[in-house]
Amino acid sequence: MNYTILIYETAANFAARNDPDPDRREAYWSAWPPYAQALREAGVFAGGAGLEPPDTATTLRFHGDQHHVQDGPFADTKEQLGGFFIVDVPDLDAALVWAARVPHSPGRICEVRPNLKPMG
Amino acid sequence: MSDDATHRAVEQAARASYGRLLAFLAARTRDVAAAEDALADAFHAALEHWPRDGVPAQPEAWLLTAARRRLIDAARRAQVRRDALPTLLAAADEAEEQTMPDATFPDERLKLLFVCAHPAIAREVHTPLMLQTVLGLDAARIASAFLVKPATMGQRLSRAKAKIRDANIAFEVPLSGELPARLGAVLEAIYAAYGSGWDDVAGADPRRRGLATEAVALGRTLLQLLPAEPEVRGLLALMLYCESRRDARRDEGGAYVPLSRQDAARWSRPMIGEADRLLQDAQRAKRLGRFQLEAAIQSVHARRAATGVTDWEALALLYEGLVRLAPTIGALVGRAAAVAEARDAAQGWALLQAIPADAVRDYQPYWALAAHLLARLQRHAEADTARERAIGLCEDTAMRVFLRQQARNPP
Repeated sequence: MNYTILIYETAANFAARNDPDPDRREAYWSAWPPYAQALREAGVFAGGAGLEPPDTATTLRFHGDQHHVQDGPFADTKEQLGGFFIVDVPDLDAALVWAARVPHSPGRICEVRPNLKPMG
Repeated sequence: MSDDATHRAVEQAARASYGRLLAFLAARTRDVAAAEDALADAFHAALEHWPRDGVPAQPEAWLLTAARRRLIDAARRAQVRRDALPTLLAAADEAEEQTMPDATFPDERLKLLFVCAHPAIAREVHTPLMLQTVLGLDAARIASAFLVKPATMGQRLSRAKAKIRDANIAFEVPLSGELPARLGAVLEAIYAAYGSGWDDVAGADPRRRGLATEAVALGRTLLQLLPAEPEVRGLLALMLYCESRRDARRDEGGAYVPLSRQDAARWSRPMIGEADRLLQDAQRAKRLGRFQLEAAIQSVHARRAATGVTDWEALALLYEGLVRLAPTIGALVGRAAAVAEARDAAQGWALLQAIPADAVRDYQPYWALAAHLLARLQRHAEADTARERAIGLCEDTAMRVFLRQQARNPP
């Protein structure tokens, strides 16, 4: 069964990606490949992507047949979606174990949701 | 009396007596959920009455009387399970007698522990059920400790309690013939609350860290109730040895310190002393078991506080015995680590490789040890791959940082 681990980041987490201090930049980036690799080696990786920061977002709203295009993310919250992984595991308990292994960083939050079963 | 002081009195009564009160009520009705509800109501009533009327001379008896009144009311309201009523009334009478000065009501917690770890109850619920019924921990906290969705944990606990009631699981201490097997399940459930004792490479499981104190409390309760069983002593000794090193597992800056590099001066001598005595008493019974062996392993580590050295040969032998008795993945990895230290890295690596790959795909300590041993064998590329895997499986930031540093400064 597929579960999606949604990873929410603070402005500070996003800023760390391009921190002028190479150590801090490294601390951000170096944590992800081992995690993704561990998912693959354990045979549970079913997809995922890191996302560019929320200021690159474009939001579309639909009003009948009209659409309204806006700069920025749709929700103005402190934490914004920074990326996600899809894991193929037997149950939610196993998905939560993988979510707990997402590299920790102050303010980072993970949300785990079951994926809908594929239609058709 | 101030509200604060009353709150404290109620809290104290809850901490000291929750398990005994619940065990007494549940043993007589076999309905754990109803007993919990009644006891919760009794504590609420205490918060209402005690500030006004003062804390009663025998708070436990007061709570018991209040709780069984609720139980009787609830049974009458439900109009079902009429058959339970006589039992409830009998409990009421008994409780009434117990309000006499100096009388204490019987301690039924041992029966409750055996019910929680009953073979008819799903294994994964044994520990949560004990924590909730014997120690009064709330489901949300248990869910966090076991990394389970709180709603799911709530459902699992309710289902287990319904099973106890509907299957009429007896509140009794097993007869001596079945005792060892049934006791094994109780010990395992308590140890599961403590978390992994093999902290050499892994560090204590961070999820369970918050429950270590609770697990020790359960171990002490069990010892008080079953003083003649050596494995009970073994388990408590094991947990105390591990607890004695808690502060030494992190340095001042919060960085992870592996067991072999811990400053033994920071280990708790009183805890080691208590664990030593428990283990010696246990061994006098001449009935060796898994937990005595695990405690013995930890006692060898603890001896470094006195001798300054670690007897790896003794550890390798003890792990050999443990693997024969209880071949868990933790024991197999621990044996490989001990053999690598006692003899050489190649022998340790051979033992590590013999563990089935399926069993270690996401077992972090395996990969951390593999990285360590491969580096010692000068197989650096393979060591790096294993280390990356161990880092990817970390739940703990301090451990992740430690492994990264190892990559830069190989042994």
